[in-house]
Amino acid sequence: MSTATRFPAFNRQGVLAIYRFEMARARRTLWQSLVTPVITTSLYFVVFGAAIGSRMSEVDGVAYGAFIVPGLMMLALFTESLSNASFGIYLPRFTGTIYEVLSAPVSPLEMVLGYVGAAATKSVILGLVILATATFFVPVRILHPGWMAAFLVLTATTFSLFGFIIGIWAKGFEQLQFIPMLVITPLTFLGGAFYSIDMLPGAWRTFSLFNPVVYLISGFRWSFYGTADVGVALSLAMTLAFFCLCLALVWWIFRTGYRLKS
Amino acid sequence: MDRAAHVEAAPAISIAGLAKTYASGLQALKRVDLEIRRGEIFALLGPNGAGKTTLISVVCGIVTPTAGRVLVEGHDIVRDYRAARSKIGLVPQELHTDMFESVWGTVRFSRGLFGLPPDAAHLERVLRDLSLWEKRNDKIMTLSGGMKRRVLIAKALAHEPEILFLDEPTAGVDVELRRDMWALVRRLRERGVTIILTTHYIEEAEEMADRIGVVSKGELIVVEEKTTLMKKLGKKQLTLHLEAPMTAVPAGLAEWNLVLANGGTELEYTFLASEERAAIPALLRRLGDLGVAYKDLNTHQSSLEDIFVTLVSERA
Repeated sequence: MSTATRFPAFNRQGVLAIYRFEMARARRTLWQSLVTPVITTSLYFVVFGAAIGSRMSEVDGVAYGAFIVPGLMMLALFTESLSNASFGIYLPRFTGTIYEVLSAPVSPLEMVLGYVGAAATKSVILGLVILATATFFVPVRILHPGWMAAFLVLTATTFSLFGFIIGIWAKGFEQLQFIPMLVITPLTFLGGAFYSIDMLPGAWRTFSLFNPVVYLISGFRWSFYGTADVGVALSLAMTLAFFCLCLALVWWIFRTGYRLKS
Repeated sequence: MDRAAHVEAAPAISIAGLAKTYASGLQALKRVDLEIRRGEIFALLGPNGAGKTTLISVVCGIVTPTAGRVLVEGHDIVRDYRAARSKIGLVPQELHTDMFESVWGTVRFSRGLFGLPPDAAHLERVLRDLSLWEKRNDKIMTLSGGMKRRVLIAKALAHEPEILFLDEPTAGVDVELRRDMWALVRRLRERGVTIILTTHYIEEAEEMADRIGVVSKGELIVVEEKTTLMKKLGKKQLTLHLEAPMTAVPAGLAEWNLVLANGGTELEYTFLASEERAAIPALLRRLGDLGVAYKDLNTHQSSLEDIFVTLVSERA
């Protein structure tokens, strides 16, 4: 058979098509995907940094306003990764345009690369924009920029994967909001975004260690200020474990065709 | 014969023992066997819910079959899905479109999705063919239903498929677009594209198809050349408008099973198209012998629709 009919082993064009499509969607909703989180974060700085922060003592040798920067970035990263990735795959399911992706010579891996890659990119950009915003309000220093970038990308990717799973699982728009609202937001607020878990009374501190978000925020904060609630290696291990769990779930989804194919 | 030669000679689509039972228990397809030849226009006819869309969806990879095997130009749709799918373009029945995308953006997306590098010249040709070129920068949501249908066809043609599935392409479409679409399908066939269309407009199948398959309740009950099907099953009717009304069919005409109609002013002779040759002249001679005078006569050949209704109701 002629080489013209042979299909490449990796559908690079297909991945790019999905990626570009998703990025274009973000450009169309620039206000919603970038400006809104920046305004929300600025409000946090005004309230916690300026109004309350000035009455708070330093945490682990870091001014309170600066201390909450990594936590706020993580908070935005979680919510935006989840909503971007879940919406990105839920929308074509909802409108029916998913037929095209399913009938295309696109492998599950390529599909995930396109959708999750775009969602993670958007989240990383957003995280950096929030970081830039923070520098207008508080002095921020980053001790380990390499690790900071690594945690940023890994967390964005992991939560985008998680969002992708939610987008495939959801049967309606309310279910799309369900996990971010009822699970992620409480876990983040209780996960030390605004405080060090060392500030909690003993029992609550132990209880907090069952919250996976604690490890993500702690590791990320360490890359900024060199102080952490839990060991950095443990933070990294937990983040990777969560990443692998999401990967396994996605693999299962494609293997069974769960809610994608009948 | 080596594998490559085998693939080259393979039919466009080869379906063997295909069955699909949905999780709800609905048995949409019961052991379907079908071969689609390269370059033909094949029409799948059948009432709503017969399994036409399920059949297409399995071939295109959207629905997982319960049993059976499908080869697309020799490539297994499961094992070798990339090669199989890259040859197929699908125009779905429902108007699934990305409302906020531009026409140009969406066809570019489709081409990339199927693994091909951008080719503005090809996409322009496709859009011009479908009278969409002027609308290329418009958002899809601003287009009319007919235009959206054209966009879906453009998307399916963006990657230059060798096989095109049109699932109810002209449902709810105006006459002009319907004519346009038929012309487009013919042009595609001239370029060697194999076309499979589902429809419940019999006239569409009659107008377009080389071969026809009739699906009813998940089974393919007939696959036949269109002309053969019409010849084999098509009924013809000869109506004689009599000079003077009759009260009964003359005994000398018994062998033709004639029926008196319209208050005895018309004689009707119904026969299978395949046996027409000898019967009519003989009948007319006998009428002359018997002195039955008629002022006019006409014949009517049953359409595919009549055939189809007969086929489906026989099964019911």
